[in-house]
Amino acid sequence: MFDHTLPELAALLHGGKASSEEVTRLFLSRIERLDPALNAFITVDAHKALAAARAADARIAAGEAGPLTGIPIAHKDLFCAKGWKTTCASRMLADWVSPYDAHVVERLDRAGAVLVGKTNMDEFAMGSSNENSHFGPVRNPWDTARVPGGSSGGSAAAVAARLVPAATGTDTGGSIRQPASLTGTCGIRPTYGAVSRYGMVAFASSLDQGGAFGKSAEDLALMMNAMGGFDARDSTSVERPAEDYRRDLAKPLAGLRVGLPKEYFTADLAPDVGACVIAAVDELRRLGATTVEVSLPNQALAVPVYYVIAPAEASSNLSRFDGVRYGHRAAQYADLNDMYRRSRAEGFGPEVRRRILVGTYVLSHGYYDAYYLQAQKVRRLIAGDFARAFAACDVIAGPVAPTVAFPIGEKSSDPVQMYLEDLYTIPVNLAGLPGLSVPCGLGAHGLPVGLQLIGDYFDEARMLQVAHQYQLATDWHRKAPPGYGA
Amino acid sequence: MTWEIVIGLETHAQLSTASKIFSGASTAFGAAPNTQASAVDLALPGVLPVLNRGAVERAIRFGLAVGGAIAPRSVFARKNYFYPDLPKGYQISQYEAPVVTGGEVAIVVDGEERRVRLTRAHLEEDAGKSLHEDFHGMSGIDLNRAGTPLLEIVTEPDMRSAREAVAYAKALHSLVRWIGICDGNMQEGSFRCDANVSVRRPGAPLGTRCEIKNLNSFRFLEKAIEFEARRQVELIEDGGTVRQETRLWDAQKGETRPMRSKEDAHDYRYFPDPDLLPLAITPASMEAVRATLPELPAAMRARFVEAYGLPPADATTLTASRALADFYEAVVRHAGGEPRACANWVLGELSALLNRLEVEADASPVGPAALAGLVRRVLDGTVSGKAAKDVFAAMAAGEGEADAIIEAKGLRQVSDAGAIEALVGQVLAANAKLVEDYRAGKEKAFNALVGQVMKASQGKANPAQASAILKAKLG
Repeated sequence: MFDHTLPELAALLHGGKASSEEVTRLFLSRIERLDPALNAFITVDAHKALAAARAADARIAAGEAGPLTGIPIAHKDLFCAKGWKTTCASRMLADWVSPYDAHVVERLDRAGAVLVGKTNMDEFAMGSSNENSHFGPVRNPWDTARVPGGSSGGSAAAVAARLVPAATGTDTGGSIRQPASLTGTCGIRPTYGAVSRYGMVAFASSLDQGGAFGKSAEDLALMMNAMGGFDARDSTSVERPAEDYRRDLAKPLAGLRVGLPKEYFTADLAPDVGACVIAAVDELRRLGATTVEVSLPNQALAVPVYYVIAPAEASSNLSRFDGVRYGHRAAQYADLNDMYRRSRAEGFGPEVRRRILVGTYVLSHGYYDAYYLQAQKVRRLIAGDFARAFAACDVIAGPVAPTVAFPIGEKSSDPVQMYLEDLYTIPVNLAGLPGLSVPCGLGAHGLPVGLQLIGDYFDEARMLQVAHQYQLATDWHRKAPPGYGA
Repeated sequence: MTWEIVIGLETHAQLSTASKIFSGASTAFGAAPNTQASAVDLALPGVLPVLNRGAVERAIRFGLAVGGAIAPRSVFARKNYFYPDLPKGYQISQYEAPVVTGGEVAIVVDGEERRVRLTRAHLEEDAGKSLHEDFHGMSGIDLNRAGTPLLEIVTEPDMRSAREAVAYAKALHSLVRWIGICDGNMQEGSFRCDANVSVRRPGAPLGTRCEIKNLNSFRFLEKAIEFEARRQVELIEDGGTVRQETRLWDAQKGETRPMRSKEDAHDYRYFPDPDLLPLAITPASMEAVRATLPELPAAMRARFVEAYGLPPADATTLTASRALADFYEAVVRHAGGEPRACANWVLGELSALLNRLEVEADASPVGPAALAGLVRRVLDGTVSGKAAKDVFAAMAAGEGEADAIIEAKGLRQVSDAGAIEALVGQVLAANAKLVEDYRAGKEKAFNALVGQVMKASQGKANPAQASAILKAKLG
């Protein structure tokens, strides 16, 4: 049962074959048994989870169940959930209990999903390996000596290890798609503005977007149905009618034009990963799609531009963590400035401190034009590249990450190598486009490889259709890490 | 050689919205500390700002009222600095693209009208308050004020004396209340001025300026500018140079003192706030606001001179506040015309009463209809001008309407020709000497005779009628 997709679980729950309480107990026991080796969770609350499960069972009994009612889920620990610790995997917020629910939390709660815990992550979502957590690294269930990717590594590992059927994540530069790729799960980052950021602790406001992990494209569509939609509390939330992200799943791919960016298939891409991605593209062709080469000429500038804009916004976003009203405050200090310095130096880990310093620098008087303004200009060029590409194709396909999961510690001493993990995902964030990752094979060491699909703005339904049709024809998405399957 | 003082003002007007600029918390003054601070005002993790359209509407009103340009697209920026009463570690303000640019405010100094040009007006949020007393060596933070909407209004360096600066501040203060965007309460900090002051030889380039903060009354504004200009002149005349710095007005000592120099100025690292979309104002929404604007003081002043034939000085005084101007127009309406007589009453007895009670015209104990009733009785000869003042005093004391008071106090003027003739007869008989003097060509004697008639009538005789009858009788 723990291997089921969301519709399979829903069929059991709503057909009276299992109660939410039973299902929730099953996943809680898996967490208890398996998570010590993975460290995917920061907080698990069986008491709250079982209460929610019983409430879901009552709803099911009353005939008021929706597709997610009674299904256990986990939230990345930067979504504020009322009464839950919301740590952002930082010492700064290690004991902070949120007094309110994020939009995403509220929506999934209203859908009847059962929150079992909050997942580990890179501190304040800064990282690509989940090694930057105050609560220790998350391990990849495919090989616990390796990283699960990041920053939503806990959610990815939890879904991969079948500790929860689905989980939320956030994706600022690839933080959903890259861990999905490295753990053999499905992960979607929607269009910027499709999911409200209210209650999602900000890393880089113009790039952050909430999304989800699941075991199939259909899982992602169900999660999106609950999470998406306009929210007046987020000024960047886009006001559009609610949509059913499942609406195109069943449509065949005949006539679909798939764009293959030539800059995504170069020597930077590991051959084992490239082979899996190319095989997946071949499968799409067999399913009736045509392929066309497209170009994203400013692709090489994406990583440098991202590492100006994201730290700039982060340096300002993280100023509120000053030890004054909540969060970590140094035990001893000489005066106000000393209190700020010590509280922040103690509260933030090295990668967060590095990005605050970089961001402060690029916004400083005399450097702003050369860095921040210039980066914003290039950002527009990158968005323009995608606009031209989408004139020639309906969806773009390519790799998610250049390699399969790497060993813990391998890149942690070289930030630039680590940043290059995201070279295929970052352009999507800079342009504000939707992207997803679905498993498409096993590469070196038998580790999973993801296929990235990039859609035009608000074209999630088409991306999900392509992924679903691919999954009808293949079964990579059903492969569990050895020892974690049914 | 003389010195020229050059002054520019920056004014923070608190906009009169019920809720804050980026949250739903109340802006009411005086609540217990931190009871009007929402999750957004506390800058809890994950919260986001949502712009209050009421604040935008007020900014547009201001821009239209001063004839400035309303930006079709303006941008909110973050001004980054650390301070305990600044919860986010940045203030949301507007930097490169403010909502209003240009415009001007008319001022009258020594009967002469001048115009002060505005550089810009932009929307921003206020910070909270740090409380340094009562916490035993610690500081308390009150975030009730955090997020209160402000319009920062910046002038060109167009003023040349402390009096001009005060005239501008008063005109602006009147205007923001006139158009209903700010309550103007200076004690509560709803209207705060900072002054940029420099001195130079006439015709020379601008001197180095100092910014003076903490000017929460017109009197302090005037004194601080005078002090600061004198300080700068003395400094230069003694061979020194003015350092660009921010100075604080110390009301107790009556002096300005240094707060921080340009060298310690923060690098605020302004950048566009990614949580807020650029503020778009369409021509249609601008016109919708324009349609709700009241007649502005300058236009009303001109109309009072033109249509009512008032002296410009009277028109200026009547339009100093919208409450007074509205009161005056209501009196004219109730009196059925006679704008000059109405103006005299509003500027005379009524204004004296309001000053004594320290209230605005809209809180006057004597309403416009009541005052018009009295004015009508003066004009139709029912009461003399002198008696009318007593009637007004009684009305102010709450004794009722003009007519009732006139009857109750027996103040009705005698306009019965027969009765006045009888009085004139008595007076002529009793004052042979005055009659003789008058006949001898002494004009003064005539006035004395009129006075005697008035006295004999206990002030009730219609003086015009009395003098006409007297003149006829004296041949």
